[in-house]
Formats: sequence, structure tokens, C-alpha cells
Amino acid sequence: MADLRTEFIGIKSPNPFWLASAPPTDKEYNVVRAFKAGWGGVVWKTLGEDPAVVNVNGPRYGAIHGKDRQLIGLNNIELITDRPLEVNLREIKQVKRDWPDRALVVSLMVPCEEENWINILRKVEDTGADGVELNFGCPHGMSERGMGSAVGQVPEYIEMVTRWVKQHSRMPCIVKLTPNITDVRKPAQAAKAGGADAVSLINTINSIMGVDLDVMSPSPVIDGKGAHGGYCGPAVKPIALNMVGEIARDPATYGLPISAIGGITTWRDAAEFMALGAGTAQVCTAAMTYGFRIVEDMITGLSDWMDEKGYTSVDQFVGRAVPNMSDWQYLNLNYIAKAKINQDLCIECGRCHIACEDTSHQAITNMVDGQRKFEVIDEECVGCNLCVNVCPVENCITMEAMAPGSIDPRTKKVVEKDYANWTTHPNNPMAVREAAE
Amino acid sequence: MIANLPEIYMTQTKAGPDIAAGRLPDDAYAENFGDLHPLLDPHEAAVEADRCYFCYDAPCMQACPTSIDIPQFIRQIATGNPTGSAKTIFSQNILGGMCARVCPTETLCEQVCVREVAEGKPVKIGQLQRYATDHYMAENDTTPFQRGAPTGKKVAVVGAGPAGLSCAHRLAVHGHEVTLFDAREKAGGLNEYGIASYKSVDDFAAREAEFILSIGGIELKTGMRLGDDLDLDRLRTEYDAVFLGIGLGGVNALGVPGEDKEGALDAVDYIADLRQAKDLSRLPVGRRVVVIGGGMTAVDIAVQTRLLGAEDVTIAYRRGQDRMNASEYEQHLAQTNGVKILTWAQPRTLVGENGALSAIELERTQEQDGSLAGTGEIITLPADMVFKAVGQKLVQTGLEEKLTLERGRIVVGPDRKTSLDDVWAGGDCVLDGEDLTVAAVEDGKIAAESINASLSA
Ligand SMILES: Cc1cc2nc3c(=O)[nH]c(=O)nc-3n(C[C@H](O)[C@H](O)[C@H](O)COP(=O)(O)OP(=O)(O)OC[C@H]3O[C@@H](n4cnc5c(N)ncnc54)[C@H](O)[C@@H]3O)c2cc1C
Ligand SMILES: Cc1cc2nc3c(=O)[nH]c(=O)nc-3n(C[C@H](O)[C@H](O)[C@H](O)COP(=O)(O)O)c2cc1C
Ligand code: SF4
Ligand code: SF4
Ligand code: SF4
Repeated sequence: MADLRTEFIGIKSPNPFWLASAPPTDKEYNVVRAFKAGWGGVVWKTLGEDPAVVNVNGPRYGAIHGKDRQLIGLNNIELITDRPLEVNLREIKQVKRDWPDRALVVSLMVPCEEENWINILRKVEDTGADGVELNFGCPHGMSERGMGSAVGQVPEYIEMVTRWVKQHSRMPCIVKLTPNITDVRKPAQAAKAGGADAVSLINTINSIMGVDLDVMSPSPVIDGKGAHGGYCGPAVKPIALNMVGEIARDPATYGLPISAIGGITTWRDAAEFMALGAGTAQVCTAAMTYGFRIVEDMITGLSDWMDEKGYTSVDQFVGRAVPNMSDWQYLNLNYIAKAKINQDLCIECGRCHIACEDTSHQAITNMVDGQRKFEVIDEECVGCNLCVNVCPVENCITMEAMAPGSIDPRTKKVVEKDYANWTTHPNNPMAVREAAE
Repeated sequence: MIANLPEIYMTQTKAGPDIAAGRLPDDAYAENFGDLHPLLDPHEAAVEADRCYFCYDAPCMQACPTSIDIPQFIRQIATGNPTGSAKTIFSQNILGGMCARVCPTETLCEQVCVREVAEGKPVKIGQLQRYATDHYMAENDTTPFQRGAPTGKKVAVVGAGPAGLSCAHRLAVHGHEVTLFDAREKAGGLNEYGIASYKSVDDFAAREAEFILSIGGIELKTGMRLGDDLDLDRLRTEYDAVFLGIGLGGVNALGVPGEDKEGALDAVDYIADLRQAKDLSRLPVGRRVVVIGGGMTAVDIAVQTRLLGAEDVTIAYRRGQDRMNASEYEQHLAQTNGVKILTWAQPRTLVGENGALSAIELERTQEQDGSLAGTGEIITLPADMVFKAVGQKLVQTGLEEKLTLERGRIVVGPDRKTSLDDVWAGGDCVLDGEDLTVAAVEDGKIAAESINASLSA
């Protein structure tokens, strides 16, 4: 069995699966259950200053469901911990003592004054916790008080607070980023400049889950009104993957350790984030949907996959997909693919035809010789992949690369074997021309 | 199929016929005759609707005799608009509620559903159709259609079965004044008197007829029989057009000795009694029942006598099981209800003393050069009741002198017009009728459109 042990900015854990700072890590009771279930680490629910915040007493969550109530996206308006600071600190200390082999990171959020940070850091240090995570991400409630994403949206603040933390504490420091910005590389660069040991992302995305059309209020409705919340769960994974990848490949932050968060539900999700540069994978919604036991499958799934691929430790594949995350302009324009329908698998639903006919390139038949039949017209197919995505039968439509030297029936041009991209394309007004031209 | 007959068939156990009511505990009747497929709940409907691929030029829609836009109505369920879904259904088939219950979907829409072809699990189109139409009928008292502005034209519709009801409704939509005649006491035709009771519970046929008539402009006159109380020539002079949807009132005879014995019954008549019975525990049924036939009626009578408490029920069919008109699903339904299916056997004699039935003698058959022949081997099944379910025929009431008939049925064109210029016909009574509720509905609809076209010309 592959070795899943992880060392992340000096913090050791038996596997890379951590619970993100959220209700699952709210108190000793939950965290002990999580460790018993096998989680490698936790980021404790964000601590603040006393008096503790208060939460709403109505619905905190809203969700988007599939037809069979599969939870696709979750939204919340919960704040940071609403328990007294001393209680949390006492429990953290106890848990760390009882579970020395697990990672225990403490999430923090206090007002942007150096004194406040000095104060809380001292208290956390006392607990023996492995590190701190600075919550610059919470998009609701806390941001209105000048904390959370209000800090995370201003790179200068991130850098300033990070610097205080590094200055006043010996603990490893992770900066948790908000996705509610235009370019995630800027806050990551600021964190690095401030001396952060790592970044973690994403926190939740500003969202309104729906509108109750009877009450005429955003939902979930609390006494007739609704407010935006933070979106998470499987639906946000693609957004998180992109942000993690952007930071991983940004020369300014290249090599900065990343703890990935956002929609991680299975071992495969985690492996994908790790391939894009993440050292650990944090989970919130999946645990809140199914309970802690899902970690068993995450552990065996990742380990079985690693065995199959011949990886013996996680660092062997962390970051391996980063070099292949490119920009559009560098994609090979000489790579030409055509959709191909496997007639043995085709169930003749016609979705590929109507999708292509109505909205794309009119490249799929619906009749051949008077018979219902769906075939790709190579003369029209631009290889866009839409039919593959709408076909209800897996692997029924595949994209087949055309061999160099053959003729593309659409353009009537020879498929070149050499790589060529937009930067040198004749249609590009900014193309880099050969010196001779 | 029963290869070796159990001994009980060979021995005569009792002298007189054993026909009795109340064979079951009182509470068993309600359970036995409850809904075959209970209504889907909203979650089940959403999940099932989500299985539909919203096919392009959907095969299911082409297989529906009334061309209901199936992907559309299923999508409307999926998006939380069951009312709109029902409107989509009713616009093509005003008896969409009954069809959802009685259509042999396994040989119609669901047979060609791409998910049936791909994985043997079709989208449950029939049950979704019921979900939408039941929802609509629970929420609304009238059909979603408005009676058209009066045209001043009068149409006589004879027969208030599916064909007649469908025709009358569509004519009312076009603003014609309709008089709907039926020989029976209630409207609905075989929906009311024939369909197996577990397919249409809670008086659905009557509720549906009322729903359809709610459009207005249709006057229902029951107890009026063409041939007795009504005359085709009179109707033709009093009305601008006539539609005949009189079904097949007669039952084919077996043509064997002993058919007049007490206990030898028409399946359709018995089912009509069963459907109208207020208290099923008072309906007498034989202990040992033999059904002659191989269609839907044979299955229906066999299953329902079993449900009434008959101990031994055998369907005897003269060819192999694959040739039975009842669908595989129906055959399966019979067998899971404990009905035995005896194939390659045809009736020879109904045996009994003093006019009472005690057994039926069947002769083994085989196929020789494509035609059926008896082998001479005789099997005797003890029977207290024998049901004839070998097809129905048109009761001709003098029609043959006025209209072109062929093989005992009315000949019509693609527009369902008969050989008379002002008389249309549809449903079971026409040649090449499919003997399906849904086909009768389509006939009525097509005829109404054709009548409308000719009246507005
Ligand atoms: C036992 C049985 C079970 C069946 N089960 C199914 C099933 O599960 N699914 C399915 O799709 N189909 C089934 N069918 C077939 C289906 O019921 C018929 O195809 C359908 O009812 C035909 O409709 P119709 O309007 O042509 O005739 P009918 O339903 O027979 O209606 C004819 C109407 O005309 C009236 N009438 C007859 N003669 C006269 C006259 N001289 N004057 C005035 N009125 C007259 C009758 O009283 C009746 O109301 C079944 C049939 C039977 C017999
Ligand atoms: C109810 C709830 C409360 C949360 N509270 C916090 C918090 O106190 N501190 C924090 O840093 N993130 C908080 N988060 C964000 C999660 O830690 C995580 O970043 C986010 O949910 C994305 O991961 P997921 O898709 O696995 O849920 C919270 C999320 C949820 C759903
Ligand atoms: S999840 Fe628990 S706390 Fe929340 S509403 Fe349900 S019972 Fe109450
Ligand atoms: S979408 Fe797929 S299954 Fe449907 S017709 Fe096209 S290739 Fe066939
Ligand atoms: S064939 Fe099946 S999947 Fe396709 S539209 Fe009809 S019901 Fe839906």
C-alpha cells in the first residue's frame, strides 16, 4: 500500500485529508470523532475574540439539488465560532495532547490591529497546535465588520497581517484566500510577501441560492428576508481547481505550498487538486453531507490509485499537472480532432444532433438513407466536444485526433505535424513574425 | 406453460358446479382490486422524469397513436409544471388519464423508448402521464379547453366510449353542437364496463367522462340504442354529420356443443358485472375456472376471477404462448397472479348434467404446414365456469344495408369517413381497428377534425 503520510510546511499528518475550518471542526466532540474516523488533520473552526459572535437562529444553509436530492452546491451564512475563546482553546489543547500524530491547525480572525493579533497568537501558541490559518475569506457577516473577505480582497492588508503573524509567532502560517476577487494571484503574492508559509483556497463564493417566488425573497428565507451567503460543495470544484492551478504556476508564487479546498468529495477530486500543486486536501461540504466515514474511501481510493500508477508517496505526483496547465495562446492549433460516434453504443436519442444542429456546426446527421441515424459529418465538425458532453452514453462519442499528413475534410488542408500556436498565427495582429518577414 | 398436467385435472372431484360468492375474507377484496400501479409521489415523478433524455424526434412520440409530445410533457414535470404537462397531454389526447392507466405501454411508447432499447428500463411514460393528468384533474374541474364559438352545426355522436368521447370533445372545441348517444346507462364504453378494475380504480372512468363533458356543448343521452331508439337515416337528416363509435357489442361464440350450459359465460359480460358491482364479495365466482382465448380480455377475466377467490384458473389457448395477443407483460401479470396458461389446446365440448357445467374437454393442437390442426388427444379440465374470450364482433343493427362493412366491421378512410359522405366512424367498430383505447381516441380526434373541415368548408 502506498505511503499517504504527508508533511506540509513542517506539519505532519498520516494522510493528506484534512477537515476545513467549518462546523465539522467546531469543537472537541466533532474533531475527536473525525480523528477516530481516520482524518489526517483538521483546521479548527475559526476563532475570534470574546464576546463571541452570534449566529442567526433560522436556516443557515441553502442547497442546490439534483433531481434525486443529490447535493450539488451548498450555501451558508454561518459566522466564525460562536463559542467562548477559552473553551475552544482548552479543547484544542486537549485534542492535540490526545492525538499527537494528527495535524491540528487553528483558524483565526480578529480585527486588523497588531495588538489583537499578538494577543490571540500567544493564546494559540499555548495550546501546542501545529499552526495557524488566517481566515481572510469569510464573505458574509464578518466582512461587514472589516474582517474575513474584507481583508482578503485587499492585498496590502493580507501582507500586513501576515507579517504581524510571522513576526509575533513561531507557528507555521497558512493564509486562507477568498475567491471573491478578480485575480487570485494578487492576494497569494501578498501572502507570500508577508512571509506566509502556505496559502489555502478557496473559501466560499458569494452566492444567493434562489428566490422564493411565493415570499419574493432570496432563499433561505429568514422571517421574510434573505442575505447572500458563501457557496461551496461539488459545484465550486472547477473554480477552486483553476485558482489553485493559477497560483501553482505563477512564477511569483511558484513553489509556495498550497492546501486545496473547494468541492473535494472523493479521493479523485483530491488527487486532481494535488496534481495541480496542492500538498493537502481540505474538505467541508462532503463531510457535512455524508458524515466523517467518507474518509475511509478517500484513503483507500487514493492509495489504490497510487499503487496502480506506481506512486509510492504523495510527493511523487503533487504538482505533476502544473507544467501542463497552459494559456489558450499556447495550445497547439495544428492538433485537429473529429468527433466519432460508436454506432454499437449509440442509443439514437438524437441529442448530439440537435445540440450541434441548433447551437453549433450542423455536423451531425439525424437520417442516413431514410433511416434514423446519427453520424458525424467530418466536413463540418470543428471538434468542439459539445456532442461528447451532451451524449447520455459514456464513451459513445469520442474525439479522434487526425494523423499528421492527412487532409482535414473541413478545411481541405493537410494536418501539420508540427506544433504551432496563436502567437505565431497569421491571423494574430500581434503575432511574432520571423525576422525575415 | 404447463407441460405435465397435475392429477387434479384428470379426476372429477365434485358432482355439481361450485359457484359461490364471498370466497375471500371481507377485507381482501379492497386489497385485491386496488390500484395496480399506485400514483407516483412528487419525488418519484421528479426522479423518473429526470431519466428522460428529451430525445430529438423522439421515438416514443412516434409510437404513441395519439402523438403526445412525450419529451415535452416529461420535461414539464421535471421543471415543476405538472399543470402545463397535463395540457400538453390533453391537447393530443383528452383521455390521457385513462390511457395512462390502460395503454399497454410495453408495446407502444415504452417499447421504443431509447432507454428500453439501451438498458431494458424504459422511462415510465405511462406512470408519468398519469402523474400529470391526475394532478390536473385534482386541481381543475374542467378541461383546459374552451368551447369554440358556436357554429350552428349539429353533430350526432353515437357511442360514448373512448372514440365517441374524444370525437365529441374535439367537436365542441370547434364550436359544433354535439349530441352524444349511448345505449348504456353510463358513458365511458369499455372504460366503464370493460377495463380491468385494478387498472382504473375509484370510479375513474366516470370522473373522466364528466371531465370531458365539462367543456360544454355536448348533450349526453344515455339509454339510446342505434337500431332501436335511433335510426341512422333519421340522424343523418336531423344532424349535419354523424360519428359512429359503437364498439363491438357482440361476443364471438366458441361453436362447440354445450355452449348454452349455465356457467359458460361471456367474459366481457361478466367483467361488466364485476365493474358495476357495488360489493364484490357478493359476486359469485367458480372454484375452477377455464378461460378460452389469448388476448387482453382473457388475461383480464382470468386475473380478476383469481382475485375474486377462484382456486384454479386456467387460460386455454389454441396456439403457442408467443402467439398470444396479450403482451408479455400481461401474460406475466396473469402468471404472477397464479393463473395457469395452457397452450396448444382448443375447446371441444362443455360437459355437464342437467344444463350445469362440470368440465371442459379440450383437444390438443399442433401446427401443420402453417395451419392449426387437432391431434385427437383430449384433455378434460373440471370447470365450474368457462369464459369465452375469443374476440368480439359488431352488433350490426342493420348497418350493413347502409354502410360498407368488411369482415363485419365498418370500412373507413384515413380521415375516418365511411362510405357515406356525412357519416364517420372510429374505434373498435371499424376495420383494422387496433382494439386499444388509445387508438379509439385517435380515431375520434381524426374524425372530429375531418368533420370540422367538412362542416366549415
Ligand atoms: C375486457 C377488455 C379489456 C380491455 N383492456 C384494455 C386495456 O387494458 N388497454 C387498452 O388499451 N384497451 C383495452 N381494451 C380495448 C378497449 O377497451 C377498446 O379498444 C376501446 O374501449 C374501444 O373504444 P370504442 O369507443 O371504440 O368502443 P367501446 O369502448 O366499446 O364503446 C362503445 C360504446 O358504444 C355504445 N354502443 C354500442 N352499440 C351501440 C348502439 N347500437 N347504439 C348506441 N350506443 C352503442 C356502447 O354502450 C359503448 O358505450 C379492452 C377491451 C376489453 C373488452
Ligand atoms: C457552514 C460553513 C461554515 C464555514 N465556516 C468557516 C470558518 O469559520 N472559517 C473558514 O475559514 N472557513 C469556513 N467555511 C469555509 C470552508 O472551510 C471551506 O473553505 C469551503 O466550504 C469550501 O470547501 P467545501 O467545498 O469542501 O465545502 C465554512 C463553510 C461552511 C459550509
Ligand atoms: S441538522 Fe440538526 S441542528 Fe440542524 S436543523 Fe436539523 S436537527 Fe436541527
Ligand atoms: S447523443 Fe450519443 S446516444 Fe444520443 S444519438 Fe448522439 S451519439 Fe447516439
Ligand atoms: S424515448 Fe424515452 S428518453 Fe427519449 S424522449 Fe421518449 S421517454 Fe424520453
